[in-house]
Amino acid sequence: MHARKVDLSIMRRNRNTTQTIGFSTLTLLTLVTIIPILVVIGYIYIQGMPAVSLSFLTEMPRDGMRAGGILPAIIGTLLLTLGTALFSVPLGIGAAIYLAEYAPDNRWTRVIRIAIINLAGIPSVVYGLFGLGLFVLFLQFGTSILAGSLTLSIMTLPVIISTTEEALRAVPNDFRVVSTALGATKWETIRKIVLPQSLPGILTGVILGLERAAGETAPILFTVAAFFLPQLPDSIFDATMALPYHLFVISTQVPGMPVQIQYGTAVVLLTFVLLMNISATIIRSRARARRQW
Amino acid sequence: MTMTTLTKNHPSSHAFRIQIQDLSLSYSDGKEPLQGINLNIPEKCISVLFGPAGGGKSTLLRTLNRLNDLADVSSISGHVWIDGVDILSPGIDVIALRRKVAMVFARPVVLPMSMRENLTYGLKLAGKRDPRELDQIVMDSLKAAALWEEVHDRLDEPAIALSGGQQQRLCLARALALKPEIILLDEPTSGLDPISTGKVEASLQDLKQEYTIILVPHSIQQAARTADFAAFFLDGRIVETGPGETLFTRPREQKTQDYVEGRFG
Repeated sequence: MHARKVDLSIMRRNRNTTQTIGFSTLTLLTLVTIIPILVVIGYIYIQGMPAVSLSFLTEMPRDGMRAGGILPAIIGTLLLTLGTALFSVPLGIGAAIYLAEYAPDNRWTRVIRIAIINLAGIPSVVYGLFGLGLFVLFLQFGTSILAGSLTLSIMTLPVIISTTEEALRAVPNDFRVVSTALGATKWETIRKIVLPQSLPGILTGVILGLERAAGETAPILFTVAAFFLPQLPDSIFDATMALPYHLFVISTQVPGMPVQIQYGTAVVLLTFVLLMNISATIIRSRARARRQW
Repeated sequence: MTMTTLTKNHPSSHAFRIQIQDLSLSYSDGKEPLQGINLNIPEKCISVLFGPAGGGKSTLLRTLNRLNDLADVSSISGHVWIDGVDILSPGIDVIALRRKVAMVFARPVVLPMSMRENLTYGLKLAGKRDPRELDQIVMDSLKAAALWEEVHDRLDEPAIALSGGQQQRLCLARALALKPEIILLDEPTSGLDPISTGKVEASLQDLKQEYTIILVPHSIQQAARTADFAAFFLDGRIVETGPGETLFTRPREQKTQDYVEGRFG
């Protein structure tokens, strides 16, 4: 009797110890993941913030980019993000609605889905070469904002399609059945129930997709980005500077580049992307709090 | 039994509203929930479809308003006439059919909007816009579903804030708001407490003066309490039909008797 009691307490202590070790390991792993991110972001901001000023954001680069501001790169990235949104958002949401709501589950749609998943995994430089071949050369758009936006759109589409499809499927099927039973057509059900309910999820996906487009270098390398073009574009057929490529150029291609300007440019790009990320997070958490299912 | 019999309509005195002939249906997963159903449903009565789970009752209900169009049906044969129109024929106006044959589901599914918007959802789709007319219908249908007293001062609050029993009565009111002629109820009280169940059943007793009601009950007791006319479903076939008071007290078939007496479920 006595011996058994002792055994039990040892077992309990062992289980508690296991639990403690487990928790500590998981906490440690989480810290190992988070700390480098915080260090990187913190380091870039500490190094770059002194360079960021109103004139840095609003002036043309001077002295072979070694002085002045980065306005053309900022405008270029804004235009490219907007252009990407213009093409990829309607197309991506449309495709997702088709796949989630209309498409029958057959071999054909399964092939489409697998293709979309695979598209998301293609290295971005391949998109860049594809954009060069199709938009710049074959369609003769030249090295232009149009060609760059289209290339970035193709890269962003899989992200938007799959997140939107997921958001649509998350809407309980009961809503569709009830809406149908109340005399709604399929499209009325989608427009009045499914889309409004999945809108926050769709927006989150769209923002995350565009954020990736805004930060990519390889797809714009051959299709739109200019090495040094100290003027703002006049039309969608103009080339433009863009933040990610500019950052690459001033970090590796220009001798005697002040470190502050390099980090300052990184701060601007990082802030742009982080702001998009944060807005996606806010949209999602607000929608979750307000959701009625 | 005698007391309830007094309040019951005798189905033989009513015209048949729905005639089902040789109806068979199978899903693409191989299940055949309906195998040669023949059934006539009298108007302005509560017709109860009862029997063990999986007998085809819900499938039959969902065939009557073509809600099975949403499901993976692989084949359907036979005829369903409602007021002389074969609703299975390809050319019929399915939307108009669903407005005429309204449905209340086992789980109360309120749409993610206010109570008022839930009630006017189908009406607005049907093109009704006049706010005074909509308000009138909202009030009438809530009163008919015995919910008006509890919610009339907070109609613009989210419907999800209601209790389960209130939600189910809202779903009933929402079906009534369409001004249907036939109401299908698929175990409408399965998730409700006895008091809410009593309220729903009481509403049904009032509603049958005007509507043709088809009810899949959630218990044999509810079947016996509510049925003017009853049909016993077993494995995709109808074993026996008849007036409620006969079927639950003196069934002709041994299987019906065994089920009614609780020998199998």
